[in-house]
Amino acid sequence: MATQFKLNGKEVSVQAEADTPLLWVIRDEIGLTGTKFGCGMALCGACTVHLDGQPIRSCQTPVSVVAGKQVATIESLSKDNSHPLQKAWIAHDVPQCGYCQSGQLMSAAALLRTNKNPSDTDIDNAMSGNICRCGTYNRIRAAIKTAAAEMRKA
Amino acid sequence: MTTNRREFLKTTAVVGGGLTLGVFLPAQLDQAVAAGTLHTPNAWVHIADDNTITLLSARSEMGQGVYTSMPMLIAEELGVDIRKVKVEIAPVAPVYTNALLGAQITGGSTSVRDGWEKLRIAGAQVRIMLVNAAAAKWKIDAAQLRAADGKVTGPGGRSATYGELAEAASKLPVPEKVTLKDPKDFKIIGKPTKRLDTAHKVNGTAEYGIDVKLPGMVYASLEQCAVIGGKPTSFDAAKAKAMPGVIDVVQIRDGVAVVADTWWHAKKAREALAVQWDEGPVARISNASMRDGIRNAKDATIPIKKTGDANAALGSASKKLSAEYWSPLLAHATMEPQNFTASYKDGKCLVIGPAQFQQGTQGNVANAIGLKPEDVTVKTTFLGGGFGRRLEYDFAVQAAEISKAVGKPVKLVWTREDDTTHDFYRPMALHRMAAGLDASGKPVALTLQLTSQSITQRAFGLPKGTLDPFMAEAAVVGYDIPNMTQELIEHDSGLRVGYWRSVSHALNAFANESFIDEMAAAARKDPYQFRLALLEKQPRFAKVLKLAAEKSGWGKPLPKGHYRGIALMEGYDTYMAQVAEISVDKDHAIKVHHVWVAADLGQMVNPDTVEAQIQSSIAFGLSSALGAEITLDKGRVQQTNFHDYPVLRMNEMPKIDITLVPSTEKPGGIGEPATALIGPAVANALFAATGKRVRQLPLSADHIRSA
Repeated sequence: MATQFKLNGKEVSVQAEADTPLLWVIRDEIGLTGTKFGCGMALCGACTVHLDGQPIRSCQTPVSVVAGKQVATIESLSKDNSHPLQKAWIAHDVPQCGYCQSGQLMSAAALLRTNKNPSDTDIDNAMSGNICRCGTYNRIRAAIKTAAAEMRKA
Repeated sequence: MTTNRREFLKTTAVVGGGLTLGVFLPAQLDQAVAAGTLHTPNAWVHIADDNTITLLSARSEMGQGVYTSMPMLIAEELGVDIRKVKVEIAPVAPVYTNALLGAQITGGSTSVRDGWEKLRIAGAQVRIMLVNAAAAKWKIDAAQLRAADGKVTGPGGRSATYGELAEAASKLPVPEKVTLKDPKDFKIIGKPTKRLDTAHKVNGTAEYGIDVKLPGMVYASLEQCAVIGGKPTSFDAAKAKAMPGVIDVVQIRDGVAVVADTWWHAKKAREALAVQWDEGPVARISNASMRDGIRNAKDATIPIKKTGDANAALGSASKKLSAEYWSPLLAHATMEPQNFTASYKDGKCLVIGPAQFQQGTQGNVANAIGLKPEDVTVKTTFLGGGFGRRLEYDFAVQAAEISKAVGKPVKLVWTREDDTTHDFYRPMALHRMAAGLDASGKPVALTLQLTSQSITQRAFGLPKGTLDPFMAEAAVVGYDIPNMTQELIEHDSGLRVGYWRSVSHALNAFANESFIDEMAAAARKDPYQFRLALLEKQPRFAKVLKLAAEKSGWGKPLPKGHYRGIALMEGYDTYMAQVAEISVDKDHAIKVHHVWVAADLGQMVNPDTVEAQIQSSIAFGLSSALGAEITLDKGRVQQTNFHDYPVLRMNEMPKIDITLVPSTEKPGGIGEPATALIGPAVANALFAATGKRVRQLPLSADHIRSA
């Protein structure tokens, strides 16, 4: 049975069984591979996407849950790296191996949607579900603050 | 130890050459060459007619920045804008051998040290060839020409882009002798430079192994024995085969693979498999038996270094102390679970994925599926972390075997549970330490005896009973102590073990730097002053130690409940000191607030990457210092995922202050040393905080309580 939802603003219809995790639908059936598989248990945040604007772990979200809803992936931030978070990530040269960064960026984007001036505690609370094995945390923190400052000006 | 390591691997591993100027191309550049629009003056530089310049990195990009630092070295001498070049990861070829390791390997913090001269020479050669091509074209003496910013210019306003000259240049002889720039004239090297891979890594377009797609590709999930090394004896695939999307179920050496139209289908069907196993000898190993084996090892004692007569000095010392330190098994836990894509067809095999050891991947895939190495093509993607795990090639061999069995391109992806339970773990280690002090508290003797398992015996066929240089790193301290012995007992536990970021530096530095703190306490001296007094003949050690102490305000009052610890080490030709400031709560949980690092790593290519690597190494080292540990029960790894193998998170990350010493020395490695030092720095701070000397990693509440 097909499931319909909006992915990055476009209507999609997918064939995967209802209990298939959204992550694998996005990666293997739709073919958008920016969203990563890290743990399969919602422990690492590499698979973070937005569901109606809220950050969710797509590895633990059955595709049936998103029927009729809006899903946004890393590919929705911008293709040309013009989103304030992408610009800040580049300015601070945040990524190392880079594998977790799609998830980090999506968690950060969700934070800044509701909080344009996050404190260190706000950042800890929003970001501690996202593991970075390269330990880029301090640069992530700095980049979130830079992006927030830009968004406050806008 | 560096010399030993180099000489040893040169003689045992795949043979490598120096600067052979063959021409080898990533496949995607092949077509352009065939079409005559791309020219390859040497193996490192490709110049297209439209002046697009592609520089090759022979090292895998796993976060450490070689995708930028390797091209920087070439670009400095070639005379091109680093922001305008394209970068490709090199294919497998002798010219790309890492001379420090004797094979095409990314590891051991060697990339810059290996490339430092070689890549600058390669850039200079191509520049000279371009200048000579211009000289011939304009019939002018080459000495009158200048090459910079991708152009050759000469008198009378003559100017040609490298692209315009490349075809002619690539036909000229390669100059044998080149003069390299004086470092004071560097325009790129030593300047903080933005990474060239960042743009791809913030919009989801960077291709990792897990993202590879080939036409007609199917997906595999592999059931391996819960006991590492166990082999399948029989299996029932009836249920699995009836599940949606399943294409085939095949047995390979390491297990039973379900192949399906999507990875999720493969993984779901795998859960329905029933496999019988021959668990093999590892099933007899548990943590306790491993510890006993190490403690009671009867293997030969191999000397690392002997200075003076430590036994005699210990005998006559006025104060003696001794201690045992234990380090546990550890997993690498790269963020990208192990995976590889293979396509076997008509006696050839293409394997694509995250590899740190391209030649090993090529040779072992070839062996496994009965091909010659030259019939196996290895392509390297970005690596979602490496840390030593991807020096192995088990997953690449498995992917190739599965592809051959089903006759289709296959992407094999491990689950996180597969990854945690089928690693090549950092070996368990025991250090027996002893020291003697004279009546004034001055050390007169120090002995270190490490019992652990040689990785190199398995990985590179090191003969038993010979010194494994990868166990002796940072075993010999820089302190001026007149009588010292350092020795090694290589004991094979039976479990496969692997190289883990900083390898034995982390083991030896934990024991040495904790124990020197114990010696300072026994002498009733300040741990910083005690160390410094032993470094009069070691200016590079003394300098970083003083800097770390000064920057951290050593000796000055701290906030209530905060304490400091200090540690010092040389590794990878890099001298480093760290001070950690911590607090400990009533449940014995450690919070690391702030870390100060001072490092002298000689000349640097990209100082911003150097800082990033230090930050990264501290996070990596803290994960294991504070909580992560692998344990074994009847050969089964007890940890499966990030809930029981915790790694550092944002809220646990300390502030880090880094001071880099300006230097004209040769470059040192920086991908790993800070990993090794944070453990002892925190352990020493823990002693300052609690008076408890925790001699067993991790510094968990249990270990603190029982210390």
